[in-house]
Amino acid sequence: MKEFLIGKLSLESLPHEWFTLGGTVFFGLLTVAVIVLLTVTKRWKWLWKEWLTSVDPKKIGIMYFIVAGFMLIARGGLEALMMWLQQALGASNMPGALGATHGYLSADHFQQIFTAHGNIMVFFVAMGFIFGLINYIVPLQIGARDLASPFLNTLGFWLYVAGVVMVNMFFVFGGQYAATGWLAVAPLSGTQFSPGVGMDYWIWSLQISGVGTTLGAINFIMTILKMRAPGMTLWKMPAFTWGSLCSMIMAVTVFPLLTATIFLVFFDRYFGTHFFTTTLGGDPMMYTNLIWMWGHPEVYILVLPAYGVFSEIVSTFSRKPLASYTSNILGMIGVSLFALSVWLHHFFTMGAGADVNAFFGVMTMCIAIPTTVLVFTWIATMYKGRIRFTTPMLWFLGFIAVFTLGGITGVMLAIPPADFQFHNSLFLVAHFHSNVIGGVLFGVFAGISYWFPKIAGFRLNERIGKYAFWCWMIGFSLSFIPMYILGLMGATRRLDTYDASTGWQPFYVLMLIGGIIIAIGVALQIVQIIASVIEKKRLRDITGDPWDGRSLEWATASPPAPYNFTTIPQAATRDTFWEMKKQSLPKVAYEDIRMPKNTASGIYISIFAFLLGFGFVWHISWLIVVSMVGILACIITRTFNDHTESTIPAAEVERLEIARREKLQHEHNVSADKPTHLDMDADMGLREFIKIAVVWAWNVVRHKQ
Amino acid sequence: MTKHKSSRNRYGLLIFLWVLGLGSLFTMLLYGTDIRLLNPRGVIADDQFKLIVFSTIVLLLIAVPTLFFLYFFAWKYRESNHKAAYEPDRRHGRFFIFSLWAIPCVFMVVLASVMWGSTHKLDPRKSIASGNKALKVQVIALRWKWLFVYPEQGIATINFVQAPVNTPVEFDLTADEAPMSSFWIPHWGGQLYAMTGHTNRLNLMPTTKEDSEGSSAEINGTGFAGMKFAARASSQEDFDNWVRHVKQSPDALDSTAYQQLLQPSENNKPQVYSAAEPNLYDTVLSKYMGPQQHHTEHE
Repeated sequence: MKEFLIGKLSLESLPHEWFTLGGTVFFGLLTVAVIVLLTVTKRWKWLWKEWLTSVDPKKIGIMYFIVAGFMLIARGGLEALMMWLQQALGASNMPGALGATHGYLSADHFQQIFTAHGNIMVFFVAMGFIFGLINYIVPLQIGARDLASPFLNTLGFWLYVAGVVMVNMFFVFGGQYAATGWLAVAPLSGTQFSPGVGMDYWIWSLQISGVGTTLGAINFIMTILKMRAPGMTLWKMPAFTWGSLCSMIMAVTVFPLLTATIFLVFFDRYFGTHFFTTTLGGDPMMYTNLIWMWGHPEVYILVLPAYGVFSEIVSTFSRKPLASYTSNILGMIGVSLFALSVWLHHFFTMGAGADVNAFFGVMTMCIAIPTTVLVFTWIATMYKGRIRFTTPMLWFLGFIAVFTLGGITGVMLAIPPADFQFHNSLFLVAHFHSNVIGGVLFGVFAGISYWFPKIAGFRLNERIGKYAFWCWMIGFSLSFIPMYILGLMGATRRLDTYDASTGWQPFYVLMLIGGIIIAIGVALQIVQIIASVIEKKRLRDITGDPWDGRSLEWATASPPAPYNFTTIPQAATRDTFWEMKKQSLPKVAYEDIRMPKNTASGIYISIFAFLLGFGFVWHISWLIVVSMVGILACIITRTFNDHTESTIPAAEVERLEIARREKLQHEHNVSADKPTHLDMDADMGLREFIKIAVVWAWNVVRHKQ
Repeated sequence: MTKHKSSRNRYGLLIFLWVLGLGSLFTMLLYGTDIRLLNPRGVIADDQFKLIVFSTIVLLLIAVPTLFFLYFFAWKYRESNHKAAYEPDRRHGRFFIFSLWAIPCVFMVVLASVMWGSTHKLDPRKSIASGNKALKVQVIALRWKWLFVYPEQGIATINFVQAPVNTPVEFDLTADEAPMSSFWIPHWGGQLYAMTGHTNRLNLMPTTKEDSEGSSAEINGTGFAGMKFAARASSQEDFDNWVRHVKQSPDALDSTAYQQLLQPSENNKPQVYSAAEPNLYDTVLSKYMGPQQHHTEHE
């Protein structure tokens, strides 16, 4: 009976170690705090109606940012620091603490941390940020009012959230995550070597969020292909939209492969099949192939939109159109084509013959060609431009330095005999961190600071943003250059302890220091947002076009109305808005606007999907059946719902527009005697911020008394 | 305006000082340490080292000018520099677009052709030409230790391998009841995977009489970090003496001893066995060949 009710759950599954207790208490307190805050401020209904059930891609984009940012700080970043601390203390002559022989983490715990770090950073931080940017910006850039399938999009988001919850669930139930490395190499991930529930949490958090990614990507391909403003041919699309299109097409191509592969792992673990086991004809090498056929394109899925972001930024802040737009776009298309045929370079060392290895080496080098072309077009864009050194531009300049390092080492790794020495070493780890941090994360930061005025209606504090940027650069060079050196010294990745005589320890310590500086950078980014909110009146962007932008997202208000554009713009040229600004504004004729209605179906389906995964993790059969029925019922109900759209009458649109303009006018008058919004030297510095924070805290205390 | 200029110069100076400081700090910390990949002690490691150096130089040839132009243009065409030209409607000619693609293509063709040759030359399964007869060593990755069987000498060791210098060593790699592991002696040459039911041949040849460290480079469970072994390159005479010495060891690797080794254990000390079952490696391999094996036996 007990087994029927709660499956394999037992008292031992509840938290009893310091990290599971810590995680449970942290997430518990957070939940309580959120509930209390919502109840006290009577915001439950608001949250549900305005945010959770919203199908507005702008709101979903912001929710992606919040979840991804939270995961970056609370899990991924913290785990990075925990690993660096362990490695700094992990020399064989150092005493251990908390039951570990060296350092403070047991080997198993350390392995769980780096597995979770990889999964979280790729699936829940990088993917979340990229999807957030695409959600917010792409519809605006193509002059669309909403998405081709708003429902698929919200479902994709909520499945992603279900994956996020699943990846944190082990704190409360089970106490262990997979200890297999982020891609759960077979046969290590089979029941023979990983009998615990950690691997099952891995399966279901990736499986659920992976399906969400596929659905979201389908929606964006349809949106970009079918919903562009009249006149905007494919070859007039802004670079970011192009990058997103390439990325989403790749996601639809390879994510089903991930889903299928994870299902095979799941069959092996639950039903005793032998796809990837060592016995009875199973082939672990097959798993390695399949997972990297998805895994390699995945990094390009992340970086292609970032390339697009940088193309936009370079062009805007150089006040020039993108040099050789065609080459730039062909570069991105070339990258995505080649990316599908290089997966074997992740395991040259598995024993393929020289011909096979050399072929995949050549294919990998081919990717370097379109990538270099992209860099060249950016350089040519800056040539004879008028360059403004705003924070987005700084992120771009930093990106180039870091990404070049990652690119050079990437080509070195593509040479099979050299790879035999680099593979599985810290050199490799440093290489892909250069690309993922330099390319994806810097791209996201650049994109967020570039489009923040569009999203929030006021721009970010430039001064503190620059401090954050420099912390990132200094921290990065302190933590990852030593990592390259350690790789050359022969240090393999994923070591929790090492011989003291190797002389590696000082470099691990430097990595930890670099990590702390990066953490300060992240803290400064949060301070930057708070400081900008404090000063938001002065930073207000009244025009909707703070940077003298070129593409359509700047043609509408900041933040845009729910329907993005009062009248759908005509896209006659490439830098549509840049050209539009030279002409006089057309007369506005208001029209009825049809918009999708809010829906909670995505939330319900995701709750059932989560419960389904949870039921499988703990072998609770009734829960599995109930959730499957629940998912089906929700989908069927949704398909029979014909009233998914509502109309905003023209009169209402007019009223909204006039109200918005009056508000802007008012603010404009209020801030007329203040410096213009692009006066960056007047931005608050850290000292002023601390002063304001102290005064505020003092006032709160005094008020209480 | 002058204030701006001085602050920009200060940035340049600070970045320069930072690079200089980091460089000297690393050099100081590296003093006296062993940078294994740049300090090859075997022919394969040496070729791989040369390949690494060559590719670094070629890639720097394209990366340094690229970075130079990027940062130079960023500085030259800054908004405050009114003397610099500004051509917002500049169109690029065919030659520009051609070189955009041609430059990286040329570099990659150079690298790829070198790569194609070296990949074949340094194919791990290719025997190394030498006057000396190759030494055969069979390697079985266990949880979490390396078992070395010398079929010709009839001895076996745990976490210790010795070979005479300037003699090719043919490592045959497999695994038993262990996840994928990667066999790597950085000083001797690059790694290859050891997998159950699969044999991989790795040819290496040490050239310096020195002890090097080998390990499993691929994550394979809790004992991963301690799965290290010593790789000793000695003179032929020392090697023969060592074999004779091992032959006198009281321990033999019979099936009981092997069953013992199959039990997971961490941080194993080196161990030697005076005798090994002659077909151990093949037995381990065929254990994973699946039911077909049984089938043929029954016939």
